[in-house]
Amino acid sequence: MLESYLNNRLKQKEILLMTHIVLGYPTFEDAFKIIESMVSAGVDLMELQIPFSEPIADGSVILHANQKALAKGATVKKCIDFAKTVAETFEIPFLFMSYYNILFKYGIERFVDTMAENGLQGAIVPDLPPEEGKDYLEAMDKYRLSPVFIFSPTTSDERMNYLGDFGRGFIYCVARKGVTGVDTDFSRQLEDYLVRCRSATDLPLALGFGVKERADIDFLKGKVDIAVIGSETIRLVDKEGIGAVGGFIKNLR
Amino acid sequence: MKDRGYYKKFGGAYLPEILVATFDELVEIFQTAKNDPGFWEEYVEIMSTYSCRPTPITFAQNLTRHFGGARIYVKREDLNHTGAHKANNVIGQGLLVKRMGKTRVIAETGAGQHGVATATMAARFGFKCTIYMGEVDVQRQRPNVFWMERLGAEVITVTEGTRILKDAINESFRDWVTHMDTTHYVLGTACGPHPFPEMVSYFQSIIGQEARKQILEQAGGLPARVYACVGGGSNALGTFNAFLDDPVDLVGVEAGGEGLETGRHACRLSSKDSSIGVAQGYKTYFLQDNDGQMRETHSVAAGLDYVGVSPILAQYAETGRIRFEAATDQEVVDALSLTIQKEGLIPALESAHAFAQAFKEAPAMTPRDIILINQSGRGDKDIFTIADAFADPKWQAFIKEKAEGYHA
Repeated sequence: MLESYLNNRLKQKEILLMTHIVLGYPTFEDAFKIIESMVSAGVDLMELQIPFSEPIADGSVILHANQKALAKGATVKKCIDFAKTVAETFEIPFLFMSYYNILFKYGIERFVDTMAENGLQGAIVPDLPPEEGKDYLEAMDKYRLSPVFIFSPTTSDERMNYLGDFGRGFIYCVARKGVTGVDTDFSRQLEDYLVRCRSATDLPLALGFGVKERADIDFLKGKVDIAVIGSETIRLVDKEGIGAVGGFIKNLR
Repeated sequence: MKDRGYYKKFGGAYLPEILVATFDELVEIFQTAKNDPGFWEEYVEIMSTYSCRPTPITFAQNLTRHFGGARIYVKREDLNHTGAHKANNVIGQGLLVKRMGKTRVIAETGAGQHGVATATMAARFGFKCTIYMGEVDVQRQRPNVFWMERLGAEVITVTEGTRILKDAINESFRDWVTHMDTTHYVLGTACGPHPFPEMVSYFQSIIGQEARKQILEQAGGLPARVYACVGGGSNALGTFNAFLDDPVDLVGVEAGGEGLETGRHACRLSSKDSSIGVAQGYKTYFLQDNDGQMRETHSVAAGLDYVGVSPILAQYAETGRIRFEAATDQEVVDALSLTIQKEGLIPALESAHAFAQAFKEAPAMTPRDIILINQSGRGDKDIFTIADAFADPKWQAFIKEKAEGYHA
């Protein structure tokens, strides 16, 4: 199970790293090489985003990666086949991240079944609150996969408890308002919010949105269990090519 | 949020967590306002002094004679301030923004009518205003961009995705998730997450309430059929709501674009090209591929050029209470031309879809039958598109001359 893997890993490391890629971006071949260098640089788990035409929670960097991947012919089938290869090749856990329509159109139980069969360990679906996710939650439970839910700074304590009841694996804490790929102020205010998150759930906490350098991760040590690097690696690939990813990740911890 | 706004299996609130609290507040404010009789009175008062409510219905005598069938009446939403039914929704939401104490409004716009209406409301109520508009629509609806900017709104051109209405909606959501403390998103149609479909059709229901009373008084009976164009569906719902319990055939007309067989259209409920999906926070019929990726849509009318449709209309499509038809770009331009010549009315390209379908059906009906067409907006904004459709040589010469004037 994802949660016990994370807890074991946390006995050896002060903070874990989760990275994110958009499948099919820049190409599937390059995406594979990026994963390879991330894993050898010590990344502890990864989210694989299946591109969607309307990614409303994503900022421009990931939005463009979604659009370009689709324009180059990324299909759900190709993403699933690719994820299977990746999960067979590398030891770390992989999660799917996508918007609900991708699961809905594929068939929710069929999608979850496919995830389990292909060695994925969980999913993050940012536009699916538990209230709308009965079928999804039942299927994830049946196949013993982890549905990861999101806390945000606008989430009340009561709702954090509610979300914590449905979440498995870990909770993804969004650092601030807004979309992905914009700077975050790593401040006292963020610290207070993370204290609220911690007291709402026993699950490991991941923090994402705006995490992009070593100082951010140093700040997060002792406050959360997992730091999430999202848009920053895509930005790096766009600017310096896929060769720059390994060194960047190694320098984060 | 307890009631999640389902209309049979359509609707819902598929929200990113960051917006959940904002929607809880909106639902609360809207329900409180709805239960307060003074709120609707205040709304009607503003609409009758700031806009032109009640808008009249006009007997289209010459079109009636021309087709020799049903008696044709037109509900004149074009006479609203800013020239379309959009004002109804915008003023209503503006009153809610005041109650919430927010200071900034944002909106998407396709044809530009909703953007202009929102910018007008913002000027009147003293809100800051940002409008998101797809690059394609900025090109085809330039006069409305000019007015929004004069009204003090910031107009942001959206260059993402297909660069039309749906992309402007996505960008509005991206703004909202950052600025929801001060900002309300004035969604322009009866789509999106709950409570928008309910809320927008509630404000638009003023159209049908007036029209039903007016047609009984002026025509002496209920209409046999009522026609309205369907983009997101707000003018259609607003008009149809009052007739749902009557023996009246309700006809929603979607954008047939270049023809259903070409695939270049925006027909969600009148074609077999759509399927049920979830995007932009709600479940409905979308024009999407088998993977769930949204497809490009096409229409001569920017305001109908949209991948989804109101979940309330999707429900009525399934129950059969509302019939959905398609009118092609060419049929629409022809209907517009005829309406201008015969009646001196200038419907927007969007509204002309309703006219086009009514014209197909009216000849087969009898003078005992009454039909009502909702003219949701006026066509002045479409001057560039319509001039192109007619290839008007004098207009082209004027534009060239004007352009040269700027070079001088």
